[in-house]
Amino acid sequence: MNRYVGAEVLRSEDPRLLTGHGRYIDDIVLPDMVHAVFVRAEYAHARVTAIDAAEARTLPGVHAVLTLAELGEPYAEKLMVQPYPSPAFAQDIRSYPLAKDEVCYVGEPIAVVVADTRHIAEDAADLVEVHYEELPAIVDCRQALEADAPTAHLDTPDNLAGSLAVGFGDVEEAFENAPHVFAEEFLQHRGGAHSMECRGVIARDQPHDEGLTIYSSTQAPYLVRATVARYLEDDESRVRVIAPDVGGGFGPKAGVYPEEIVIPLAARILKRPVKWVEDRREHFIATNQQGDQLWSLEVAAEDDGTIRGVRGHVISDTGAYTSYGLVLAITSLFPLPGPYAIAALDVKLDVVFTNTPTKSPVRGAGRPDAAYAMERMIERVARELELDPAELRARNFVPSDQFPYQPGHKTAQGSPVTYDSGDFHGCLDKVKEIADYDNFKSRQAAARLDGRYLGIGVSAYIEDTGMGPYEGATVRVQPSGKVQIQAGTASQGQGHATVFAQVVADQLGVGIDDVVYQSADTAMFPLGVGTVASRTVVAASTAIFNAADEVRQKAVALAADLLEAAEADLELADGTVFVKGSPTASVGLGELARQLTPFNTQAVPEGFTPGLEATSYNVTKGPPTASGSHIAELEVDIDTGAVTLLKYSVAHDCGRMLNPQLVEGQVLGGVVHGLGNALYERMYYDEVGQPQSTNYGEYFLPLAAEMPPIEIVHLETLSPLNPLGVKGAGEGGTIPAANAVIAAIENALAPFGIVVNDYPVDPQRICELLDQASVPSPAGDPG
Amino acid sequence: MPDTRNITLTVNGEPMAAQVETRVHLADFLRQDARLTGTHLGCEHGVCGSCTVIVDGEAVRSCLMLAVQADGKSVTTIEGLADEDGMHPVQRAFQDNHGLQCGFCTPGMVMTLTAYLGENGEPDDRDIREAISGNMCRCTGYQGIVAAGLQAAEELRGGI
Repeated sequence: MNRYVGAEVLRSEDPRLLTGHGRYIDDIVLPDMVHAVFVRAEYAHARVTAIDAAEARTLPGVHAVLTLAELGEPYAEKLMVQPYPSPAFAQDIRSYPLAKDEVCYVGEPIAVVVADTRHIAEDAADLVEVHYEELPAIVDCRQALEADAPTAHLDTPDNLAGSLAVGFGDVEEAFENAPHVFAEEFLQHRGGAHSMECRGVIARDQPHDEGLTIYSSTQAPYLVRATVARYLEDDESRVRVIAPDVGGGFGPKAGVYPEEIVIPLAARILKRPVKWVEDRREHFIATNQQGDQLWSLEVAAEDDGTIRGVRGHVISDTGAYTSYGLVLAITSLFPLPGPYAIAALDVKLDVVFTNTPTKSPVRGAGRPDAAYAMERMIERVARELELDPAELRARNFVPSDQFPYQPGHKTAQGSPVTYDSGDFHGCLDKVKEIADYDNFKSRQAAARLDGRYLGIGVSAYIEDTGMGPYEGATVRVQPSGKVQIQAGTASQGQGHATVFAQVVADQLGVGIDDVVYQSADTAMFPLGVGTVASRTVVAASTAIFNAADEVRQKAVALAADLLEAAEADLELADGTVFVKGSPTASVGLGELARQLTPFNTQAVPEGFTPGLEATSYNVTKGPPTASGSHIAELEVDIDTGAVTLLKYSVAHDCGRMLNPQLVEGQVLGGVVHGLGNALYERMYYDEVGQPQSTNYGEYFLPLAAEMPPIEIVHLETLSPLNPLGVKGAGEGGTIPAANAVIAAIENALAPFGIVVNDYPVDPQRICELLDQASVPSPAGDPG
Repeated sequence: MPDTRNITLTVNGEPMAAQVETRVHLADFLRQDARLTGTHLGCEHGVCGSCTVIVDGEAVRSCLMLAVQADGKSVTTIEGLADEDGMHPVQRAFQDNHGLQCGFCTPGMVMTLTAYLGENGEPDDRDIREAISGNMCRCTGYQGIVAAGLQAAEELRGGI
């Protein structure tokens, strides 16, 4: 039955993108369009005392320089609205679309210049003089809650944005008589998302016609529509949001930004379409990043390494504003305790303001942080008790016969956290096999004889994928016989058009080339959520599957009438419905669609509704739990601190794979992102909050030459929560990667007793650790 | 008034004459004047490689070259690779090996590899990785792109 689901179907998206015919935000040109450039804050924290735009306004070709006051009432006094409300806020501090009288990070938009060309707008932006009175800035989240810390905002009592807690079991009891209790503190830093395409917005206002049309390079066009409509106090029917081809998202493009308010207002004021395309420096200073988390944890363990409990505290940086709610904090806490069956958990988290850009999810959101935290506990126990780290994981994993498994805590929405299915031991066994884990010690020993330091690191994770609440789709057979899918989910390269066509082609017995996928335009399909949290294949493919199933039933019912056959005797193949055993007794899907869309004197067949189509919404039934184990093997040069990644092995379980090649692509990209987090990617700020890494010479993305061969083995433990048995696959590659690398470095440097803990770790830091090591290193010894 | 110059060049085999501002880089010229938007700008400081085009046979970052510097030269962009027989072997290899996801870095990757394979017929995995080490991709983890490079090399040698 399934010709396409599960097959490595080549992507239908590719020929267009490979021949230069993609249509990204900066490729769109509208008649009469003018170009915007933002004037941005030069200080991390300052009062804005005056803005002098007189000279800029006189430059030929400049149409306007708009400050907050010039956006007009009521916007001149109106804060951005919160897209992600939460009862856990202590202070929900949003920005104005343009700064009013205070700026709270370098890069905060202050004014917008609109001109005939981008070049002229940039010239004019340079002529705008902003006068500041610099204020003390808080830059390091670790100091944000200290009594004498500067506050990130004027007139606020402290830097606390909100607090969350997660826990279950009797944690006091777990620690009281524990044979072993260990404490660890570590700083996790995840940099920016760095989609290769920056953000961008084009707006056109047609007040007497369709209203506002916004093109945005976004992961979440429906969230943009809802947020803009709320802000402008307009009907959603008057705001159309289109995401064109989007050149990567990875989290930050699911936020709603001041530019998505300001550019529509500028278009409204100037009565012309306005385009703004972010440049890379702006992306470094004004697009959300993930930032720092300080974890202070204790673990209680039995003599055999069984974990009794984990407790502790987290400080999580939200940057200057809470414009992405507490999503990052929530996703950092609730995935605890990962794949491990532990008796007790008690972790509290404080979200704090700093004078840095807003923090929001980057690939994996807080899940890589949560996974790293648990994996650090495992590493510490294994080290102290001299147990094999892989064996210690196996001892603590949730056993396969205990699914669905409930650790004992509740989600932020209040339902019990439930792992639907999995095979954690199977993943670990498989990854050990492909990594040749059991023979590593002999490889390590042989290398050591040559003065080379090899290390191996294991890491395991779960991922709550397929976040709700819903997605929907319409599946429609056209009179041509071609099938149309319309849905709310926007793609940023995941291959939705191919995968969803696979699902529909199998259901309706048509060829993959006979299915067209249309999405990411709020005027095309009424409701949608967004492409985040490894959710789309779960949330949308179920809706598409169900809609296609309804269309199939309708086609069979009508064909039964026309062919005078029983429905049970009918089959679908090659775009027709035919009687089993007599293929000449058939009717095409296109003909059925034509009969269901009659005109004028013709009639709709009795007992049928018009159109060979169905619309279905899937309200998700809890998150399918993806899982896996990773192993990194690497070499550390103890003279230079350089880390060479030798091999990276992955066992990955995302339930049924609709298209294994695309799943593999998601995992590979995710792993490399995680390797970048572990080794390269760091945003640097000086003590007053000036960013020091605002180009790709200063901020290192992983490159092809440094990446190791990555081998992936797949398990397919089906999810019982949806008809296809799928789980999300978008972020699992990233989630456990940092610990695999850091643990491997520690393993390589075990002769010197080195513990790395904080990431990213660069060669300089490794050299420092070697210099401070309790066991002297032979580095630099001429002998 | 902005300083301008008249230039003539060949773009994807077609002669073209234009008056350009001296400060405009080749990528903006191709995107805005020639309306060839397949050349993408990812960083505009010469590191990401998304804007790579082929100028007189060599891979060039079109954000680091002024349009006036292309006077008298022959420029090939991603739009100029496919012919009436379909996609170029490098383009086909990208599809076969899932060497692209969002597609934004892809034109630069394809042009870099096309220029490289024109001069290096028998690369191995390491050679391809070095060849694209000046092109950033955030989606693929590079492995599919490396596989695409190896497949295209074989096909261009006549092996497929």
